Amino acid sequence: MPTKTRAASYTTGSDQKPTIHFPAEHAERSAALPTVPNAIIECKDVNVYYNAFRAVTGVDLSFGSKEITALIGPSGCGKSTLLRSLNRMNDLIDGARVEGSVTFQGEDIYHKEVDAIEVRRRIGMVFQKPNPFPKSIYDNIAYGPRVIGLKASNMDDLVEEALTRAALWPEVKDKLKQSAFGLSGGQQQRLCIARTIAVKPDVILMDEPCSSLDPIATSRIEDLMYELREDYTIIIVTHNMQQAARVADRTAFFTALASEETGDRTGLLVEYDLTKKIFESPADQRTEDYISGRFG
Amino acid sequence: MTFLTTGLGAHIRSASIHGKVRGGEHSARSVLFLIALWLCLFVAFGVLLTLIITTLIDGFSRLDSRLVTEYPASAPERAGLRPAILGSIWVIGATALLTIPLGVAAAVHLEEFADRKKWFNRAIELNVQNLAAVPSIVYGLLALGFLALLGVQNKNIVIGGALALGLLVLPVIIISTREALRGVPLEIRQGSLALGATPLQTVWRQTLPASVPGIATGAILGLSRALGEAAPLLVLGALVFVSFDPNGLLSGYTTMPIQIFNWTSRPQAEFHELASAGSILLLLILLAMNGLAIFIRNRYQQRW
Repeated sequence: MPTKTRAASYTTGSDQKPTIHFPAEHAERSAALPTVPNAIIECKDVNVYYNAFRAVTGVDLSFGSKEITALIGPSGCGKSTLLRSLNRMNDLIDGARVEGSVTFQGEDIYHKEVDAIEVRRRIGMVFQKPNPFPKSIYDNIAYGPRVIGLKASNMDDLVEEALTRAALWPEVKDKLKQSAFGLSGGQQQRLCIARTIAVKPDVILMDEPCSSLDPIATSRIEDLMYELREDYTIIIVTHNMQQAARVADRTAFFTALASEETGDRTGLLVEYDLTKKIFESPADQRTEDYISGRFG
Repeated sequence: MTFLTTGLGAHIRSASIHGKVRGGEHSARSVLFLIALWLCLFVAFGVLLTLIITTLIDGFSRLDSRLVTEYPASAPERAGLRPAILGSIWVIGATALLTIPLGVAAAVHLEEFADRKKWFNRAIELNVQNLAAVPSIVYGLLALGFLALLGVQNKNIVIGGALALGLLVLPVIIISTREALRGVPLEIRQGSLALGATPLQTVWRQTLPASVPGIATGAILGLSRALGEAAPLLVLGALVFVSFDPNGLLSGYTTMPIQIFNWTSRPQAEFHELASAGSILLLLILLAMNGLAIFIRNRYQQRW
C-alpha cells in the first residue's frame, strides 16, 4: 500500500476563512487510505464550515457499495457533520457550507445542476432520536412514496414490504391504522428505517441510530442493519465502539484538533481501514488510544 | 468530601433546620404582597361579576324566543335581534374566509421560508406584533378609506365590514399560526426532507396539519374578538335599524353589538331590557366560541 502523508497546515487566501495551523506531528495521517472497491460515495478534500468555523477539515473518504461503514471518534470530531453533508442535509442549516467534492456514483452532489431533493431521495437518513410523523403507522411508511410520486401499483404491498424488511411487520400488522407514537422507542426507530427503505434509496445514512435505545432494541437494529446490507449501502455514525466493531465492514476514526491560535476545534480523519484492522492493529497511536478507552 | 471539614461545613451540620427562614413566605412583606394580589383579583373579578349579574337581572325577562325571531321594531315588546344575529354570522363568516387563508399563508412564509437575516422580514415581523395592539376604530377608518378609494358609494355592505374586522383579526391569526408552526419539532421537518420531500410538501403534509389545533384556536379567539366589535362597523356606517335578512356579501347589515348599542341609547326602559338580553346572548355566543377553542386545543394538541 502506498503511504500518503499529509501535513494539515491549511492557509487559505480569502479573508473570511480562518487560517488554521495544526501541529504537524498530530495532523499527519499515518495510515494509508485503502482503496475501496466499487465505492458509491467518494469524498475528496471535504471541508465543512459553519459560517467561519471549520467543523471538518480535509476529509478523503470512500464508502463501499453494499457495505456498512462506521464513523467513530470523540464528541465534536465532525462525524455527524460529515454524515449530514453526504445527502445535503447540511443545506438546511444557516451558514453551513461544503468545500471539496462529494460524489455519488461519480456525480458531484453539490454541482449547481443537482437538486438536493433528488440527492436525498437516493441517500436517505435515519436520525439520532426516532422521529415518526404524527400519523398512523401505515401513513408513516406511505408518506415517502407518496411525496416522491412513486407509482406503487399497490401501496398496501409496499407498506408491508418495507415493514417486513425492517423486521417490524409481525409486531404492527394488526395496528397499521394506529398512531406511530404508540410504539416503543426501538419500534419507532425501526419504523423510521422502514420509512426510509420505502422510498428505495441506494444509501442509508444513520446518525447514532441507537443512542436513545436500550441494549435489546439496539441489538435488533444491528441485526437489521446486517440484513439490509445485502441491498443497501449503510453509513453509520456511532459513539458505541462495540457497535462499530460488530456491524461495520470498514471503520473511519476521526479526531478533533484544536487550532494553536484560536482554540477552535475541527474534525480530522485519522485512520480508515477494515474494521478488523482498526480494532485489532490500528496504525495510528491516537486510534489505539481511543479504542482502548484511553481518551475520548 | 474535604469541604465538610471546613468551617462552613461544620456550621451547616450543627444548625437546626427548625424555624422559619428570614424573608420567607410568612414575613410581613410577603403577606402584604399577597394581600395586594388578592385585592387586584377581587377588584377585577368583582367588577365583572357585578356587570354580568346586573345584565342578567335586567335582561332575563326578555330572554325568550322573540329575541331571536323578531325584527327590530319601534315597539320594544315586538322587537328582536334576528337581522343582527344573521348580520353577525354573515360578517364573521366573511371575515373568516378572508383572513384565515391570508393569515396562515403569511405566517407560513414568515416562519418557514423568509430569511430571518433580511431586514425587511424583521420589519414585517415587528409590524405584525404592533398591529395586534392597534385600536379597532383605526381599522374601521382604514377600511373606510380603502372602500372610498375603490369608489364604493354605499359602505354598509357585508364585505366592507368583513374587510375592517379582517384587518383587526389578521395579526392575531398570523401570530397564533406562527406559534403553532414553531411548536412542530425540527425533527419532523428533517424527517420529511430526508425522505426527498420538497420544502413545500413538508409544509403542506407535515408542519401545517400538525399546527391545525393551534391555528384553529387562534382563529376562533381572533374571530370572537371581532364578533364583539362595534366601533369599526359604526365608522363604516352600519345600519341600526334593519328590517330584512342580509342575503349576500353586498347586502346591508347590522350586527349584534351595533343593535345593542342602538337599544341602550333609546329612552324607554323596555329597550334597555332588550339590550341586556341581547348582551347575554352575545356573551353566551362568545363563551361558546372560547369554549370550542379550549376544547380543540385540549383534544387535538399534539404532545411531542
